[in-house]
Amino acid sequence: MTGNHIGRRLAKDALFKGVVCLLAFLSLLPLFLILYYITMKGISVINWDFLFSLPRPIGESGGGVVNAIVGTLMLIVLSSVISVPCGIAAGIYLSENKAGKLSNTIRLCVIVLQGTPSIVIGIIAYLWIVAPLRTFSALSGGVALSIMMLPVIIKTTEETLKLIPYHLKEASLALGVPYYRTILKVILPSGISGILTGILLSVARITGETAPLLFTAFGNQFMNVNIFKPIDSLPYRIFYYAMSPYPEWHSFAWGASFILVVLALALNLIARGISVKWKIQF
Amino acid sequence: MEDTVLKVEKFSAFFGDNKVLKDVDLTVRRNVVAALMGPSGCGKTTLIRCVNRMHELIPGATVTGKMTLIDEDIYAMQPIVLRRKVGMVFQKPNPFPTMSIYENVIAGYKLNGIRMAKSELDTVVERSLKRSALWDEVKDTLHRKGTFLSGGQQQRLCIARALAMNPEILLLDEPTSALDPKSTSQIEELFVELKRNVTMLLVTHNIAQAARVSDVTAFIYLGELVEFGPTEKMFTVPKDKRTEEYLTGKFG
Amino acid sequence: MDTGKQRASSSTDDSEKRFNVILAGSGLLIVLLLLAIFATLLVTALPAIRQFGVFFFIGRVWDATTETFGALPFLAGTLLTSFLALLISIPFSIAISIFLGEYFRTGAVSTFLRSAVEVLAGIPSVIYGLWGLFFLMPAVRFIEMKLGVAPHGVGILTSSLILAIMIIPFSASIGREVITLVPGDLKEAAYSLGATRFEVIRNIVIPYARSGIIAGILLALGRAIGETMAVTMLIGNSNFLPTSIFSPANTMASVIANEFAEATGVTAASLIYVALVLFLVTMVVNVIGTYVIQRISIEASREAS
Repeated sequence: MTGNHIGRRLAKDALFKGVVCLLAFLSLLPLFLILYYITMKGISVINWDFLFSLPRPIGESGGGVVNAIVGTLMLIVLSSVISVPCGIAAGIYLSENKAGKLSNTIRLCVIVLQGTPSIVIGIIAYLWIVAPLRTFSALSGGVALSIMMLPVIIKTTEETLKLIPYHLKEASLALGVPYYRTILKVILPSGISGILTGILLSVARITGETAPLLFTAFGNQFMNVNIFKPIDSLPYRIFYYAMSPYPEWHSFAWGASFILVVLALALNLIARGISVKWKIQF
Repeated sequence: MEDTVLKVEKFSAFFGDNKVLKDVDLTVRRNVVAALMGPSGCGKTTLIRCVNRMHELIPGATVTGKMTLIDEDIYAMQPIVLRRKVGMVFQKPNPFPTMSIYENVIAGYKLNGIRMAKSELDTVVERSLKRSALWDEVKDTLHRKGTFLSGGQQQRLCIARALAMNPEILLLDEPTSALDPKSTSQIEELFVELKRNVTMLLVTHNIAQAARVSDVTAFIYLGELVEFGPTEKMFTVPKDKRTEEYLTGKFG
Repeated sequence: MDTGKQRASSSTDDSEKRFNVILAGSGLLIVLLLLAIFATLLVTALPAIRQFGVFFFIGRVWDATTETFGALPFLAGTLLTSFLALLISIPFSIAISIFLGEYFRTGAVSTFLRSAVEVLAGIPSVIYGLWGLFFLMPAVRFIEMKLGVAPHGVGILTSSLILAIMIIPFSASIGREVITLVPGDLKEAAYSLGATRFEVIRNIVIPYARSGIIAGILLALGRAIGETMAVTMLIGNSNFLPTSIFSPANTMASVIANEFAEATGVTAASLIYVALVLFLVTMVVNVIGTYVIQRISIEASREAS
């Protein structure tokens, strides 16, 4: 009588667990396939030439992606220079002013900014910088990417600083240290690991972004270090090569993808390492 | 040398409209340990936080009345100038976690951007740590982080940090309530030594501690200064009935 | 002597005031940035808004030569791909949420899956697109040939598939968090009544975490709507209204990616009109999703204390 009933329930229980586990691991399948493809097709392309020479024009074989690598690094530096000071300052403001209309408005804007599609930000950077200057430029790409970095930096700065105990600020103020020095010399250093992690994670995020660069940095066959001219980047080169009809370029796309993934992974690992090793105990 | 270090006259403190200190009158002489005791929430912590103007950091906090440090009106001074003349030790030891022991002691100078020669700084560090009875325990590890010390040692480090600024008066807000009994008695012994050079205003909820270490005691109840006088006298022959009830444990 | 009530502002000096102004200014900058973005989109899209009005979104024809622009094909493309991707991804992300939130909260397996999901979330869109071109496209082409449909290989289905893979990590991690927030004593009460694990999950955990799971799905939807590169590479770039899931098409994001660089005049304004709508839609979806999740976290921490 109840024997069967219980049996059925237990069977359902086991079946459910099985299905959950199966689906969970199935969703990892694409990950492994992607990593497999990148490694297999990408590694074979990587050699000294690939890393250090410029792309060859259509029809000629060989060449490399050095301009894309340099371009990506330049864009990272540009966008960090713009977004890090502003983002940290705004994050400090939010952690010091937990309530209030301005604080809540800023937080809302951060949420909206974070969810804005990257292509829309690309259009904005185009309208603000490319159109007036009448040229595609690394600067416009940097501006677009910095807008994308801001929300992450602001949020992690705010979260990190909120965790710092109040009595630390008190101790500094009681020594007669002015408020701004207390923040800059006591509070910020105590939160440095969290803030750095936030910066690295946001850099990792924008390293792979292509959409905002389509009409800002634009891409460049040649090496360029002038921020007022178009500049190449790894994601853009991958896109350009992937959509082309040439098999050699397709394998270059895999090679560039390999470099990009290694770069993004390295940034993530460094961020993780910092948050563990540099963590301040209170 | 002025004999009176701190003078409090008809002093009241508010949180918004809530009056938490009512017309307090108090005088603290030099080289004395003055204890402030009373039940929780009576206003004793608020009172010392008004001396170094930390009270006003809370939004909506205001004061009326006068407080004088030596011969200067506390509320007419620049707060950061005032706070360099008044030292504070908190309930929970709070050495700066990013700094070494050495750097913690001279934090008051470093953070204020006051430049001093290394030899001068070394002297300040040694003197302050000796005065807080911590020198022998840390003199070989001055460049380790302060957070590795035990609770009692951390608190003595905080005392050294406050002393390094040569304050006119040292405010202590229940400095031993977070420590174990051994560290507590170490620090109480320290007070007896310290008062030869420093004037101290000590908030404590521990009646026995007040009896052990202080020269004069103020009993505060519901924001009012009920009684203030030499400790021995107050504890044996309290003048006010409320004081007597508190001392005999009728209310906590 | 009564010196009058003194407020906290007397506690600050000039350098502090300047510092506070800089901090507040940086915060204000963010607000101004957002307003500027909205204003820019609105103003530059104005020629198109004036010319086409709201009928922009019912118009089926997008033709640069005759300068008639109707965005229905792209609206359809976005809605079809996003919802299809959502449908495909939901079973997987809920499975991951339950796996990590109930069965394997800690331990090596948990860390492994969590890290793997994080890596999935971190792979750049363009690499997903690249992989899609070489793996999904032949696969879909194969299916299309078997079904007797035109073997484009690219189109709504292919891009929905890649989108699904890309948004799984988002709804999965949010789902996992809300599932771990379910109070232990509720579950214990159910167990003590003799329920199986499955029954507890189905009758207690999921209903309790329901709004959080939905919020996570909403945020994943917001991500899918705005996703550009992988979709652009796999959708076939056709400005005609899609007729089946095998049709090549364009989404609002992909048409911008494909056409904006060379667009001028009304064409550009129309594309910006599309971008404006994209901006507003993702804003609404994200704000609602985030708001729900914040409410849940606040309630959870209140119950825990």
